[in-house]
Amino acid sequence: MAEPMKIRATLQGDVADVRVLMAHPMETGLRKDSAGKLVPLHFIQSITAQLNGKTVFAADVSQAVSRNPVFAFKVKGAKAGDKLSVTWQDNKGDKRTDEVVIRAGS
Amino acid sequence: MKRALVLGSLAVAWAAAAQTPDPTAAEFDKFREIMEQDNPAELFEVKGEELWRARRGPKNASLEQCDLGLGPGVVKGAYAQMPRYFADADRVMDAEARIVQCMITLQGFKYADLAKQPFSNADRTPDPVSLITYVAAQSRGMKVAAPQNHPKERAAYETGKAIFFYRAGAYDFSCASCHSVDDKRIRTQPLPNFTKPNQAIGAVQGWPGYRMTGGVMHSVQWRINDCFRQQRFPEPGYASETVSALLAYLTVNANGHVYRGPGIKR
Repeated sequence: MAEPMKIRATLQGDVADVRVLMAHPMETGLRKDSAGKLVPLHFIQSITAQLNGKTVFAADVSQAVSRNPVFAFKVKGAKAGDKLSVTWQDNKGDKRTDEVVIRAGS
Repeated sequence: MKRALVLGSLAVAWAAAAQTPDPTAAEFDKFREIMEQDNPAELFEVKGEELWRARRGPKNASLEQCDLGLGPGVVKGAYAQMPRYFADADRVMDAEARIVQCMITLQGFKYADLAKQPFSNADRTPDPVSLITYVAAQSRGMKVAAPQNHPKERAAYETGKAIFFYRAGAYDFSCASCHSVDDKRIRTQPLPNFTKPNQAIGAVQGWPGYRMTGGVMHSVQWRINDCFRQQRFPEPGYASETVSALLAYLTVNANGHVYRGPGIKR
């Protein structure tokens, strides 16, 4: 079910600019399907990012966030070649982790 | 660099679309430019690439031998050079029609199954939509160059032109009613004049597109289908020659302009 994320992590000085695109339906629990029945709540609850295995970013997320969301944040003290992994977990226990290598900025 | 390109082509689009720049459209273009930096269409691009390489269907084959007009397996630049004539099918095909044909001939899928629910909704994105997003992305930054060499390609252009100007239906409407004069708009959306080359690119640019309303990925096939529906016309068959011909007319008119890849729609 969980589909790959698209992560971009580019260095600007010693700060990595991270942009994560996640594939998720993010159901609010308020939408009705074509049969008129409520589509059950299904949303990403938590997001964490790790730089070389150390947690640098953690967020609790609500169902108010859009479908296929984008998250952007900056990580201080990163170097080119560092490994950055991002994990999300949703309210159904579904999980996904993807990892990228931080690229030097242009 | 990328931003300069986007701005450059936006400026061209404005200059063409209206003498006096429409402030609402200008604001939306700004918004779209920001959204394009992280376009969820990329998620479908990744999924489409997986589907392209995966062995699937009754014949357990991948699409890697699919000929999109530049030889079997050549994806780069193919989208920008379609619709084109395909000898094996003996007709002009747009990119989606060709992908559907490859899924049938190479993988053994049935047309009836693919045409049953061909368009995306909130719950489901059909495989051809993800595939077309992948294929289209491989023509990012390339010039639109739909060929007009084969007699059937020229015939498709003429058929498409006839469809474009054909008035019918409950509203006595045609595509040309909205899209053959300058400076028309529908609500706040400026309407491009597809009979002019510098505006016809509007029919190609941004498709396939991720629609922010509802968060759904759509192909240009869906867009054409919806135009028919809005005109209260009978809807064309999925991946039919009607759609290919209309796309041939619109795309050839847009030849020479740079295609920016899968886009984002309001």
